[in-house]
Amino acid sequence: MGGTVKVSIDGVEIEVDKRLTLLQACELAGAEVPRFCFHDRLSIAGNCRMCLVEVERAPKPVASCAQPLMDGMVVRTRGPVAGKAQKGAMEFLLINHPLDCPICDQGGECDLQDQAMGYGKGVSRFEEQKRSVQEKDFGPLVKTFMTRCIHCTRCVRFMEEVAGVPVLGATGRGEDTEITTYIESGIASELSGNIVDLCPVGALTSKPYAFVARPWELSKTESIDVMDAVGSNIRVDARGREVLRVLPRLHEDVNEEWISDKTRFAIDGLTRRRLDRPYVRRDGRLREASWKGALDVVAGRLAGRDGARIAAIAGDQVDCETMYAMKTLLEALDSPNMDCRQDGMAVDPSARASYLFNSTIAGIEDADACLLIGCNPRREAALVNARLRKRWLRGGFKVAGIGPDPDPTLPVANLGAGPESLRRLAAGEGEFAPVLAAAERPLIVVGAGALARPDGAAVLGAARALAENCGAVAGGWNGFSILHTSASRVGGLDLGFAPRAGGRDTAGILDAAGTGDIDTVFLLAADEIDTGGMGGAFVVYIGHHGETGARGADAILPGAAYTEKDATYVNMEGRPQRAARAVFPPGEAREDWRILRALSDAVGATLPFDSLGALRDRMIADTPHLGAIDEIVPAEWAAFGVDGAMDDAPFVSPVPDFYRTCAISRASATMARCAEAFPTPPASGAGD
Amino acid sequence: MLQDKDRVFTNLYGFESPDLDAARARGDWDGTKNLLAKGPDWIVEEIKKSELRGRGGAGFPSGLKWSFMPRERPEGQPAYLVVNADESEPGTCKDRDIMRHDPHKLVEGCLLAGHAMRATAAYVYIRGEFHKEAVALQKAIDEAYDAGLVGGDACGSGYDFDIFLHRGAGAYICGEETALLESLEGKKGLPRLKPPFPAQAGLYGCPSTVTNVETVAVSPTILRRGADWFASLGRPRNTGTKLFCVSGHVNEPCNVEEEMGIPLRELIDRHAGGVRGGWDNLLAVIPGGSSVPCIPKPACDELPLDFDSLVEVKSGLGTAAVIVMDKSTDIVRAIWRLSKFYKHESCGQCTPCREGTGWMMRVLGRMIEGRASHDEIDLLEEVTTQVEGHTICALGDAAAWPIQGLIRHFRPELERRIDECRRSSAMAAE
Amino acid sequence: MSLAHGRPSIPDRQPVGFAFSDENRAKAEAAIAKYPEGRRQSAVMPLLDLAQRQEGWVSVAAMDVIADILEVPAIRVYEVATFYTMFNLEPVGEFLVQICTTTPCMLRDSDAIVDACRSHLGIDFGETTTDGKFTLKEVECLGACVNAPMVQINDDYYEDLDAAKAVGVLETLARGETPVAGPQNGRRSSEPVSGARTLRGGD
Repeated sequence: MGGTVKVSIDGVEIEVDKRLTLLQACELAGAEVPRFCFHDRLSIAGNCRMCLVEVERAPKPVASCAQPLMDGMVVRTRGPVAGKAQKGAMEFLLINHPLDCPICDQGGECDLQDQAMGYGKGVSRFEEQKRSVQEKDFGPLVKTFMTRCIHCTRCVRFMEEVAGVPVLGATGRGEDTEITTYIESGIASELSGNIVDLCPVGALTSKPYAFVARPWELSKTESIDVMDAVGSNIRVDARGREVLRVLPRLHEDVNEEWISDKTRFAIDGLTRRRLDRPYVRRDGRLREASWKGALDVVAGRLAGRDGARIAAIAGDQVDCETMYAMKTLLEALDSPNMDCRQDGMAVDPSARASYLFNSTIAGIEDADACLLIGCNPRREAALVNARLRKRWLRGGFKVAGIGPDPDPTLPVANLGAGPESLRRLAAGEGEFAPVLAAAERPLIVVGAGALARPDGAAVLGAARALAENCGAVAGGWNGFSILHTSASRVGGLDLGFAPRAGGRDTAGILDAAGTGDIDTVFLLAADEIDTGGMGGAFVVYIGHHGETGARGADAILPGAAYTEKDATYVNMEGRPQRAARAVFPPGEAREDWRILRALSDAVGATLPFDSLGALRDRMIADTPHLGAIDEIVPAEWAAFGVDGAMDDAPFVSPVPDFYRTCAISRASATMARCAEAFPTPPASGAGD
Repeated sequence: MLQDKDRVFTNLYGFESPDLDAARARGDWDGTKNLLAKGPDWIVEEIKKSELRGRGGAGFPSGLKWSFMPRERPEGQPAYLVVNADESEPGTCKDRDIMRHDPHKLVEGCLLAGHAMRATAAYVYIRGEFHKEAVALQKAIDEAYDAGLVGGDACGSGYDFDIFLHRGAGAYICGEETALLESLEGKKGLPRLKPPFPAQAGLYGCPSTVTNVETVAVSPTILRRGADWFASLGRPRNTGTKLFCVSGHVNEPCNVEEEMGIPLRELIDRHAGGVRGGWDNLLAVIPGGSSVPCIPKPACDELPLDFDSLVEVKSGLGTAAVIVMDKSTDIVRAIWRLSKFYKHESCGQCTPCREGTGWMMRVLGRMIEGRASHDEIDLLEEVTTQVEGHTICALGDAAAWPIQGLIRHFRPELERRIDECRRSSAMAAE
Repeated sequence: MSLAHGRPSIPDRQPVGFAFSDENRAKAEAAIAKYPEGRRQSAVMPLLDLAQRQEGWVSVAAMDVIADILEVPAIRVYEVATFYTMFNLEPVGEFLVQICTTTPCMLRDSDAIVDACRSHLGIDFGETTTDGKFTLKEVECLGACVNAPMVQINDDYYEDLDAAKAVGVLETLARGETPVAGPQNGRRSSEPVSGARTLRGGD
């Protein structure tokens, strides 16, 4: 080792890693040092001067956030020198601050407010006119009150460094310095909401949440996001029955401390277009029904029916418990027809390695080259994209892509549009082939754009072969990674919510419904399929939004959205995580597993669990790794995919519009405003 | 008085041509190849022996500073000499004369200092407003290239050395060495956090040394005439000749090269035609450019002008720009105008300077007319100490010191104005 | 297009496009070539200066073009253009008259120069005469302190002024003539006005 130094901080002698900054060492020594500009995920600015401390033999106080450690340093974080510096900085920050805490949304969770309590004077000695700064228009998500800005530049650094969308800057100089885009334009980034969290004062606040609530009025629930397959850790803040905001929770291996704008801001969609009571179609029209009436109608439809004529398709945000209950019911009804892949993604349910993001998200940081096949991480999984960018910033990381290539936030060499380019790369042609061959830990990211197509199994096979040949799966490293967009997908596949022996997949179910071979279909919040071809099949929709899936249904059993139930989700890495109920479902809507349990009762095939705990026990008994919360059980490598012909059609990203990808986000007025303000640039399938 | 034979800048006033031929006739570029052949270590040693201290204001020993550059570097890594020609300190206009009238002194100095630092190229960062000076300097650089004095195999020495001129665009802060580097990289002139220091990671992350024009331009003469000659002028640690700028209330403002340590009164009387209205009409001087505290007349009478003497009277030699104020001066307004300057030039990066410079300027602005209270004099002084020593760069100190000097020496004047204002408003109220 | 920046916004006067002239494009390439490979950003100030010399001021369109040429985000160019005082972010008159009023000039009565220029031109700081000839601006120390008071007009310094001499310079310019730049009191440069006491040759 030898990488440590001994330092004395406020009389406490500690030995710490010499790569730490003095500020970090102070924290380890239990000394609290105030700060505004410092953020451990951003570059060091050293501009707020709040963290000045006294270092023996230094001629003046030093900014501890930027100070490297030296052996034998004697540091005082309090006392006359440091105290004067810190109090002085605080006074300077406050002289031009409006002190409008009573009307500021940051009130109650404001670093400036908090630290002013500890380091402020209590009275102002500033007799001059305070500065006022013109507001900026940062778009539909971030509200500005720039007079409150303390110029810490956290937002500027975040947009440049983490988001990779450098549109914010500090223009002008001196006391006229302003944080701005200069040209009035919104911040076209999927991660822009994070600057609201980063802003230590009330200069940047959430526009949709403006003047909605005070933090102490909110009930706070730790949960998991389902807007994509990242499994971002979130905190859901609610008042009464309404979710008012979503904030990130720290998870180093998943979302670090960021979330996407959809995760944060789509929540107004939770209160619109909700299914809040059962409906049954009579005389061609959906009519309100009682739970008993609706369940009886569905049970009547199932009674005595040949299981082969029954099917279920799970949507993209369905939790494991719901799918497990559905699967158990289908098995009781002797139906082999089920699928959790609305898009028909040709991964192999029997080979877990074929559908996991095997490298893991944090593992991206260990990779030394990356090939993106048929995916656009920026739109499909913004935080995977952020992790790719983080890795790229460290250097020595070449990235190439086959398929869609719209405005990435890191340089991606486009190798072509579709399978032909994949074939050429596999044959060792082009400039990227040697890069991949030379890489020790290459990362091959394959998206639905490459797999959710008729030749998907062949593309999967080709990608697997490429990965094997370039050493992406070797020596404890598995860089073969599927980029999902659906929060339910991996959990569903892990549960086996896929065609059983002799069963049909999504396309097969839809076809069979069209021909009449299947005549009863359950849609579990499945809103991304074309239900128009389902002929006369009886459709039971169990979900939360009155959207495409519910529209053609014959019976609607209103379920719970992700913020309304305790549930397990497995992210793209294969990491099971637990979401928790923050609010109750609206009206008569119920948790989905309870609906299925009640239905099973009505059918006379009562499911063998009467509590969530009992359900989970059985589910985990069947699929043990779902009980290992927050752990990833690595998948064994296998031969998957087929060696078949690939079409020449270009790969197309499954996410044409980042802001509207599910029933919730499509119901969100905020997301609609974003889609209007930031139209997604057309994917340029750059030619070979 | 310094004799002309001991003057380095013999074309300071531009009486002769700045061209290469004329420069050669003045002794420039004489035996440069031989000087280069003696090697970097010899050059650094000579400069150390001469006790030359930086002419940009801080007065750091030049030879020592040059020696901080790494002797060995990774293959292919450049190293840079960066010449600070961003002359912007109010009162200071000496580098301007070097660049427009004696530019070959600077160009030759770049080559020799660059060699001493094992640099691969020099960038001369000249303030944008000095357009004519930039043209003159570029002409000299071009002449030197054409004559094979710089560029590949400079002076036939086998040493390759390029010199580039970079024009600023209006920002005093770019005279701060790391702000200058940022600016040279095409960014706002925001001073960098130190460490790392430029000699470790400077321009483009490469080892760099930033040096003032005058420092670089005197070095060829020191090397030619010998460190002992330079060290024989002035006194230990305060050696050599120095360009002085005498501005303000003198009969004949001028630039002049004099021996370090020349008494203030001699400088003013002999070269600048004396204080307007005579020596006894002197109120105070700012002896080293706007950043140093003023000195009231009584302390000026026997004051030698060198680094250490001025520290003893709680001021500084700075750039040796002597701003003279006679008794007609509104001293509060004069210092307030400097506060306004620093407020205008604060880069805005760090809190104490961004917020403090405006605060100090406004309080002092009220004090011009006495619209303040006695307590506010103490408040103002305390605010200066809250800025001083707490900022990323020295601009905060520079903004604080003139005000501290004012309060130290002219508090009764501040109090008089406050009392007078109070009396007249009380009368108006009756 | 509207500007979010605190300086006066000038929505109507922003041109939709900008292109360097062939000559300036070549100069731009020469400027870029001064810096090492991969350090094009260093040329941002030279290119802004070129754009300003071509158009008289720096428009958003020009900044965007420069950002493209230098391969940097546009905001980095906006930051630079708004940081340095020499970039005019709105059109200025044919002659930009910049009066230094910092202490060394103030001590030599720059107030009189300010008053004379204001009343002669009939405009205040930040304003342009209706004929578009003169824009008046107050600036900080221009580094010609022993020749105070002084003004800079476009690239030229006019030094050792008094009110009458300052007006004289403006009148000469208004007539379409070019006044001789430098000291206006007969001296060569920074030597004492009654004649150099050093460097006279001979001794």
